[in-house]
Amino acid sequence: MILTIANKEFRSLFAAPSTWFILGALQFIFAWFFFVRLDAFQQVQSQSSQIANAPGVTQSVASPLLGTVAFILMMLIPIFTMRLVAEERRNLTLVMLLAAPISCREIIAGKFLGMLLFLSLIIGTCLIMVSTLALGTALDFGLLITDALGLFLLTASYVALGLYFSTLTAQPIVAASSTLAALFGLWLIDMAGSSANVALKALSPTIHFQNFNTGLLLSTDFAYFVLFCTLFLLLAIRRLHNTRIYG
Amino acid sequence: MSAQITLNARNLTRRLGRREVIRNVSLQLKRGEVLGLLGQNGAGKSTTMQLLSGVLIPHAGQIEICGIDLKLHAKQAKSCIGYLPENPPLYRDMHVDDYLIYAAKLHRVPRSRIKEALSIAKNRCGLQDAGRKLIGTLSKGYQQRVGIAQAIIHQPDIVILDEPTVGLDPSQLRDIRALIRELGNSYSVILSTHLLGEVENICDRVEIMQRGQLIYGDTSVRMQSLGHQAGFVVTLKSPPDVTALYDVPGVINVEALSPTRFKILHKIEANTAEALLTLSARQGWQAQQLTPLQGNIEDAFVHITQTDQTKNNKT
Repeated sequence: MILTIANKEFRSLFAAPSTWFILGALQFIFAWFFFVRLDAFQQVQSQSSQIANAPGVTQSVASPLLGTVAFILMMLIPIFTMRLVAEERRNLTLVMLLAAPISCREIIAGKFLGMLLFLSLIIGTCLIMVSTLALGTALDFGLLITDALGLFLLTASYVALGLYFSTLTAQPIVAASSTLAALFGLWLIDMAGSSANVALKALSPTIHFQNFNTGLLLSTDFAYFVLFCTLFLLLAIRRLHNTRIYG
Repeated sequence: MSAQITLNARNLTRRLGRREVIRNVSLQLKRGEVLGLLGQNGAGKSTTMQLLSGVLIPHAGQIEICGIDLKLHAKQAKSCIGYLPENPPLYRDMHVDDYLIYAAKLHRVPRSRIKEALSIAKNRCGLQDAGRKLIGTLSKGYQQRVGIAQAIIHQPDIVILDEPTVGLDPSQLRDIRALIRELGNSYSVILSTHLLGEVENICDRVEIMQRGQLIYGDTSVRMQSLGHQAGFVVTLKSPPDVTALYDVPGVINVEALSPTRFKILHKIEANTAEALLTLSARQGWQAQQLTPLQGNIEDAFVHITQTDQTKNNKT
């Protein structure tokens, strides 16, 4: 049942021409960044080859690229997640899901998975692009996989947050802007500099992603993302259930 | 043998803030019955249907669908219900077939039976040629059909239709009504409407709602006879004296519409028409045409809702 909804979400995204446009534009942007990074790496390569333990290509091309992807996704995910529930509410199709023999849990899980699957495609294509480096040089696949895992978890938490905001309103635009505001707020906590409270900084997803980005796999970061997702998914389920009670 | 009871709702109450929008509503539905839920705008029809379909949860009361409690075993109970809300829940950018398959999957139709269910539902609703069309491009009448197809694709025991004929043109209206009547043969159907003609045509039973309460429930035939006098108009080619007509058993009043046409009012329980015809044959009155006075359901509705209002005003 969860898969049915996930499948529907996934397919309906591809039914809209704008999705293809965004995907195309994204690939262009990623390729551009990739190219610029690669170019920069090649210019310093002759010098860095004289240093012992110089940063390799994965560290100086792949990691920054994925960092950029994370930043772009932060601004892009609200646009994708805004429609998840808000549009169903606005078009009065949510009733169909509520009347069907499925629980709110399954509805939210289905929508979450469908969206995550779609965004994994974006991450996946980006990874394939990076992996083409393996044709010419040795890649640090350990770092790359940790990086990808971090990006995936970060994306999942952004989607969970966006999904929650989407359940709050019947206006997709409101959902998008409030999600963007929340994500920006969380990012600003990270940017606030070293003076900020450490406990406060621990709230920001980007801080935890940076550890993954440098190849550091910490269980605390992992737990943070899982908790973040769970929290907002539970809130979304609760909000959807309240629709049944308060109308 | 009494027919199986498919839906049993007891004392449903729903509040909006402190105001009770649905008060103590109890409903029963038998298999093969078409129940019309009548009421003015804002009487609580749609809310009641949302409660029955499990979209909303009642603040008090209990609903049993085919003997399964809707609150405790929501999934099992809901798979016995097909629901068409006031605005059909259609995804405009989907093809009709894809949409109906999605609806079937949501209602847990086994994968192997989806194809069959799809063609049955499409045949029923006259959508055979619309399969590859985008829902957004269909006319309102066809969208309504897709909405109904969505509600019956899993062959539920109970079909709940919320104002299924709103905004349709007369020929579409006729088709949809015929369809609902046909559905009534195999499923139990509840439909809400404020079109009284619809009730006359397709419902077996009527419940009237006002201000969140059920104020009247009966068969639609008996409702028609409410608030009006039973009678008929008869044409007699060689009529007797009017006083002779008063002697026919049960006659209350005779009114001569023309020298040969008479409007006769009689007691409901008396079989006056037959008595008059036998008498006419015996006396050579040459009875030609006998038209029963149509019970006007609109009059009945106004009669019922107004008596309720005056009752409320008194208390």
